[in-house]
Amino acid sequence: MAKLTMVQALNLALREILREDPDTLIFGQDVGKDGGVFRVTEGLYDEFGEDRVVDAPVAESCIAGVAVGLCLRGLRPVIEMQFSGFGYHAFHQIENHVSRFRTRTRGRYTCPMVVRMPYGAGIRAIEHHSESRETIWAHLPGLKMVIPSGPRNARALLRAAVHDPDPVVFYEPKASYRAFKEEVPDDPEDFPIGKAAVARPGSNVTIISYGASLRPTLEAADELAEEHDIDAEVIDLQTISPMDTETICASIEKTGRAVVVHEAPRTCGPGAEVVARICERSLMYLEAPIRRVTGYDVIMPFFATERYFIPDSRRIVAAARDVVTF
Amino acid sequence: MPRRPIQLPHRIESLSILDSEGNADPALDPKLSPTELKKLYRAMLLSRRLDERLLRLQRQGRIGTFGPAMGQEAASLGPAFVMKPNDWFIPSFREPAAMLWRGWPMDKIILWWGGHEYGASVPEGVNDLPICVPVATQCLHAAGIAWGCKLKGDPSVAFCFLGDGGTSEGDFHEAMNFAGVHQLPFICVIQNNHWAISLPRDKQSKAPTLVQKCIAYGFDGIQADGNDIFAMIVAAREAADRARTGGGPTLIEAVTYRLGVHTTADDPKKYRSDEEVECWKPKDPLVRFHKYMVRTGLLDDAAVELIEAEIAEEIRQAVERAEKYQPDPMDSFRHTFAEMPPSLAAHAREFLESMAALSSDDGTEQPEPRQLADA
Repeated sequence: MAKLTMVQALNLALREILREDPDTLIFGQDVGKDGGVFRVTEGLYDEFGEDRVVDAPVAESCIAGVAVGLCLRGLRPVIEMQFSGFGYHAFHQIENHVSRFRTRTRGRYTCPMVVRMPYGAGIRAIEHHSESRETIWAHLPGLKMVIPSGPRNARALLRAAVHDPDPVVFYEPKASYRAFKEEVPDDPEDFPIGKAAVARPGSNVTIISYGASLRPTLEAADELAEEHDIDAEVIDLQTISPMDTETICASIEKTGRAVVVHEAPRTCGPGAEVVARICERSLMYLEAPIRRVTGYDVIMPFFATERYFIPDSRRIVAAARDVVTF
Repeated sequence: MPRRPIQLPHRIESLSILDSEGNADPALDPKLSPTELKKLYRAMLLSRRLDERLLRLQRQGRIGTFGPAMGQEAASLGPAFVMKPNDWFIPSFREPAAMLWRGWPMDKIILWWGGHEYGASVPEGVNDLPICVPVATQCLHAAGIAWGCKLKGDPSVAFCFLGDGGTSEGDFHEAMNFAGVHQLPFICVIQNNHWAISLPRDKQSKAPTLVQKCIAYGFDGIQADGNDIFAMIVAAREAADRARTGGGPTLIEAVTYRLGVHTTADDPKKYRSDEEVECWKPKDPLVRFHKYMVRTGLLDDAAVELIEAEIAEEIRQAVERAEKYQPDPMDSFRHTFAEMPPSLAAHAREFLESMAALSSDDGTEQPEPRQLADA
């Protein structure tokens, strides 16, 4: 058991995957000798060579479209979009082909690839480097959308994404890349895709979150317990699509109250889907209206003021108290 | 500090073998056997007659929008003739001649235009991709397949097709660039039929030829008469030999002409003149190949009549099979993921209920969804 950052945990997962399966390869911009702009692929080029850890031209559609061809030829590429803000160049390949090959060929061809993309604000990056657009990917049928929240589940979910027979968009919360360390087991583990986790058990209110927002959510839960005598249950969605209705609703049916937290803009954000599922299945268990603590429906501002736009524990505590005292 | 012209290492040529009277240049003739020539003639005629049948089926409302390949048969058939069974064929949508040559059942082609995914489910044992609608996106798949073959030590070659309009897309550029960098066994055939729906070739690019783009990517190319089956075979064979011996990609510009509509959803009279179409009719690849076959004594009227009768029957049977096809609408749920997640299983159950209600409300015949084991 070692204490690792998320970057180290992701690197570990990729190293394990490349060792386990000779059909896997990493393909992206600066992933080779440079080790990736965030160092997630550091050392892999030296261990596995230029045919397994391959620098791509500066062309995101090329990365995704070529990866389709690799899948059709029987390989399992793990591709990287250097920042999610540049992933839109690959959008038409992912929407028109990656997500569709299985269904349109009735299973004859599939695209078991992982599309890694760092997302989100909070690292004082320049324009176009700070958005949370998971909804765009989660909206595409045939595609899975996974977001880890810490080093341990980052390693286990990335392994699972590579082992999954279907394509997975894997958003990495870059604000959490080096923010904290966590114990990561020595033995490889896969966490199931499509399953949420109870990150903190509780009984008074359910706070549902994921990715970079999980940390402030857990901090808020501690504060709610220590200062307001509120015992919050925190659910880490882990997979945005397909969403785990069962874990969410089982918790709501226990607590009767819900707050949803994410950095993405509110309108049509993943929180809207969470709320809809709670209303469809568990409306009669609710003791109070559901609150959403999210990004606002604005373009993420330049970094000088971005911190005011990222959900923090103060806003989460206030929302949870409102819901509990309704 | 001199100022001098830059010498580029790649040359481009133009190739034409068969003239409009059906005479083959003896120095360039690929010298195919009579059996091969007869097979090719039959394949070209089959594609043409299937096109004509599909146009009629569309007008009768029996299939959906249809894009005929009339006049462009040689451009895809020539490269298909050169492909080995394990090579990869990555079509756009105007390559039915090559699809039939590669062993696609005709009813699958009919069903693709008839709105059924069954028409995109590539036959087992055929290394082909289905028809690709988003323009030029398939070029990247071909580059990826070619790279995968190279990485796995598989000597197969990827043959990719697109139209002149596709060369304006970013994905064409990205694929050509990547294929050049990695010296991939990748052959890209541009079917320059002079029209991208209503946009003429000269509004697509100011470049005097499309093939010259290969120079920018660092590999060779050839402009072939796309209405000349022999020129297409020779160009594709040279490209395939180069690819198989590690010589990297080739760009082939097949200069051809779309004799018919873009699809049944447009009327070319709005944007091009009848005179222009008339000028291209003598260059029709089928007409020229027919003249060659008659001139060389390989075909006569009686033989053609026999082939026509066989083809008519083959098409009739394929249409009959296609029209008997019963889709299972549950396949959409079944084939979204390898394993159905619980939230999707709930949708599948809802769909089954909706279909059951539809069947009982409405006297018309509905497809019968089969229950899912896991929903």
